[in-house]
Order: sequence, then C-alpha cells, then structure tokens
Amino acid sequence: MTGRKPRERGPLRRFARNRGAAVGALLVALMVLAAMFAPIISPYGPDDADLAAALRNPDRLHWFGTDNLGRDVFSRVMHGGRVTIPVAVVGVLAAVSVGVPLGLIAGYYGRFFDTIIMRLTDILLAFPAMLLAIAITSALGIALSTVSIAIAVFSTPTYVRLVRAEALRLREREFVIAARSLGATNRLIIWRHILPNSLSLIIIQSSLNVAFGALTVSALSFLGLGAQPPTAEWGVMLADARADMRVAPHVAAFPGLAILVFVLGFNLLGDGLRDAYDPRSKR
Amino acid sequence: MAAYAGRRIALLGPVLFGVSVVVFMMLHLTPGDPARMVAGINATPEQVEEVRRILGLDQPLHIQYLRYVRRLLQGDMGRSLATREQVLLNLWPRYLATVELTAAATVVAVTLGLTIGIVSATRQYSFIDSGLSVLALVGISTPAYWLGLMLMLLFSLQLGWLPSAGRGGFAHLILPAITLGTLAMAVVARMTRASMLDVLNQEYVQAARAKGLRERVVLARHALKNALIPVITVIGLQTGQLLGGAVLTETVFAWPGIGRFLVDAIKARDFPIVQGGVLISAVTFVVVNLVVDLLYSVVDPRIRYSSVGD
Repeated sequence: MTGRKPRERGPLRRFARNRGAAVGALLVALMVLAAMFAPIISPYGPDDADLAAALRNPDRLHWFGTDNLGRDVFSRVMHGGRVTIPVAVVGVLAAVSVGVPLGLIAGYYGRFFDTIIMRLTDILLAFPAMLLAIAITSALGIALSTVSIAIAVFSTPTYVRLVRAEALRLREREFVIAARSLGATNRLIIWRHILPNSLSLIIIQSSLNVAFGALTVSALSFLGLGAQPPTAEWGVMLADARADMRVAPHVAAFPGLAILVFVLGFNLLGDGLRDAYDPRSKR
Repeated sequence: MAAYAGRRIALLGPVLFGVSVVVFMMLHLTPGDPARMVAGINATPEQVEEVRRILGLDQPLHIQYLRYVRRLLQGDMGRSLATREQVLLNLWPRYLATVELTAAATVVAVTLGLTIGIVSATRQYSFIDSGLSVLALVGISTPAYWLGLMLMLLFSLQLGWLPSAGRGGFAHLILPAITLGTLAMAVVARMTRASMLDVLNQEYVQAARAKGLRERVVLARHALKNALIPVITVIGLQTGQLLGGAVLTETVFAWPGIGRFLVDAIKARDFPIVQGGVLISAVTFVVVNLVVDLLYSVVDPRIRYSSVGD
C-alpha cells in the first residue's frame, strides 16, 4: 500500500499487514461457509413467510428481525450469498480464462497481436463498468447469466493489462533468455516461465475483482436487472426493504452489511496479498 | 506539448469508432429478431417487415452501421419507441442532471480524499492514520446504494435535516453527492496517502527539510506537488466511473438523471434510448479521460517524452 523503504519495515509492520490479510480471509471464509451451509444451518427457510410476524425488530427468535412478509432476515442474508458469490466468481473465472491468454499473447509476442488486443481493450475501458453492465443487460436480457457475462466483460481488461505488463517484463529476463537459447519453444516458455511468474499477481487481481463483482451483482439486482424477487439476494432484499425503511430500517441494514463484510473481506485479502508479494506496490 | 496532445487526440479516433460499433451492435446481439422486438409482440408479420424496412434492418450490417454513424453526426439518435420523441431531446435534461450530480460527487471525493490522504501520510502509523486507512478501506467496500439508504434514513427520515428525494436546491444535492462520492473519495484517499509517502521518502524532500524549511512549506511546495501527479489520473478514472455509478444513487434518491432513465428504458425494451444513453455516457467518459491525460502531461513533462498508449 505504501512505498516505504525496506529498512523501515519492522517485523511489527509485517505482522500488521498479515493481520489485515488474515482478517480478510476470515471474513471471506465466514461468508462463503454461511452461504454453503445455509440450507442446513439457517434457522428458517429463506422463503418461509409468516405475515403475522411481519417487520419484527431483531430479537432472540429472529436475530436480524423479519421483513414485510415475515420472512427471517438472518436466514435470507445467509442464503443471499448463494446467489451473489457464485455469480461473481463465475464472471471473474471467465474473465481470467479470456484475459490471461490475451495478455500473454499481447505481451509475449508483441507487434501485431499487441496492437489489436490493446486497442480492443481500450474500447472496453472506454465504458464505465456499470454502464457496460447495463448495456450488456439490455442486449442479452435480464438474467443472472447476463450478470456473470457483464462481470466477465469488464473484468477481462484488468487481466489483459496486468498479464501483458508482466509478460513484457519477464520476456527480457535472464532465465527466459536462457531458456530460449537452450531451444525452448515459445509455448513452453509461456507455460513454464511467464505464466507461473504472473500467477501471484493474477490471484491478487482476482481477489479485488471478486469484490467488485459481488458489488455489481447486488447493484444490478437492486436495480431490478439481476436476481428477481422473491429470490433471497442481497440487492433484491435491499430493494424490497425500501418501502418499509421508516418503520423497519433493520430489513434494509443487514443485507447491505452482508455485502459490505464480504467485499471488505476480499479487499483486505487482496491488499494483504499485494503487500506481502510486493511491498513497493502502490494503490 | 502540442505534439503530445496531437498524438493523444489521434488515439481518440479508434476508441470512439470502437465505442460506436459496440453501441451499434447492442441491438444486433439481442437474441431473436430486432425488428420483431421493436415492433412489439402483437405486431403482424407485415408490420414487422415495415419496421425492418424503416429501421434499415434489411440492409447489410456495414451499410446499417454507416447510416447509423451518419445520423449520429447529425445529432440524430432516433426516436424513443415508447414516446416517439427524439432520443437526444429526451436524454439531454437528464444528462445535465447526472453531470450535476457527478460534478458534486467529484468535489466531495477530491476535497475529502486529498485531505484524508495527506493527513494520513504526514502522520504515518499514528492512531489517526490507522483510523483513516480503515475508513478508506470500508469506503471502497460499501455498496453506494446501501450507504444512500442509510444516510437517507438518518438525515431525512429520522432527523429531518435534508430532503430524501428529487432534484432541487443545494440541500437536495448533499446526500446524493456524498453517496456517490464516497467510493471515489476512498480511492483518492488511498492513492494520495501512498503517493505522498513515496514522495516524502525522496531525497529532495529530505534536502528541503535539511536546509531548514518549515514542514508546512516542505509539504506544500515540494511533496504535495509531485505526489499529486498519480492522483490526477485516479481522479480522472474515478470521475468516469461516477458517471456509471450514478445510476444507483439516482435510483435511491429519485434523482432525474440519465442512469435511472436507462434502467427504466431497459425494462421497457426502449432500445434507442438505451443506445443513446450508453453512447453519451461513454463519450463523456472518454473525453474526461482525455482532458485528464492532457492535464497530466502539463503537470508532469516526463509523460510527453515517453510513448503514448503504454
């Protein structure tokens, strides 16, 4: 996060940095496990309505209270991760599988490939992420698969740029030149040397992209362009809760906090990994 | 300078071309027959053919594209399918509302972000620094629409200090601007802190201190000026992202901007509106980034001598 010089970095600082990453990993693990085991451990079903118990404040029976249909907010928040997390992760994985090869080709082979790929990347970067997501939704229709595609499309340039820069840098390193002079093919060099050495950066970037992806899933759902009611998804829950905000603010508060905690976890993780990997990197 | 500006502006051509192709293709990427979609579900086959002919959808794709661009250059973005009004006339007042909101959010983000970043950096590892750093991290993790709802709950519904919805005077602008600006503020704060720390370790800053300049002078004259260079880029990028992010804030606060209008148009399948809105926003984003790049090269002459595009 900072550009301080190595000599100023005591063990205490290292620990502090690792602590951030550890907290991040813990938050992420907590949210993922809660989502995975929600059907088994959540106290109520996500769609169990009980109109007699609508808009209850948080208490012992309903830790996060109940919503306008008397559904248990805690259970719905747990189930919400079952939508948001996979949709974001699938989008980011798709971006990795497209962006990393393109970045490798652009950076390693250069010339013509580089020009084409980077100009295309520039065009994608000409759209603010949210706008691109809206444009894609409008073309492909409102669906969760569309949301994954949107996340894939606006995340891809981040990998292209990152991996290209790495490939450009590594291409001229001694061990690559040595491998080449020993007769290694380009394919072998890319697989054995360039890709493995770019991996940590790719993982760090993915961590930040999943964070932003999750924000996007919930944002689009909040706008009515992603998951649809009555699905227990964080953004949908927030949109539903707006009407009753005055009398039951908790219904809106908890789904938002869930998104915050999940995204914060991934950001902490990404920051921590970045610092651990490259203390001089700036952000 | 002129040469750099020329090269940078020349790059604008391909990007704008690409943007127009993407926006043009939106209609053709739609699963199913665009003419049928435009005509509506209840249209007869003859009506669908009529629409196809009027929209020129029976022509080859490149002819259609050329016609699209020719119309665009004349300021014609077609007509709304719902109201039959000119898209541009429909979009323009909403676009201005979004620009107002985005500008206000940028002011919030830059003033608070720079302040937080500088305070953090000059007190590195202090209690204040840790607190502000955590705050910035939470800032980049908070969903804006949730923040908006919570601010509205507190300041409008509970305290009754500020209006909860709509566009009007300055009071109407405060909550939406904070909501929209928080993410960018956090990003700017993090960037400023990192950049300041980088610069404060440089030898010329230590030299300035060694010759006995007051810390305030060292910070303002020597450190800040150079630390701001990377921050400017981030501000430019963030301003563009605000244009996209505005859609959420507009939804929360019923702000009559372009984003909210686009979302409604998507649900109503009003395609020309969506295309026009996406195009205007993307072009604005591109132009803002161009201006920032040029500004950047004025502040940092080194940029002009290195190659463009890397």
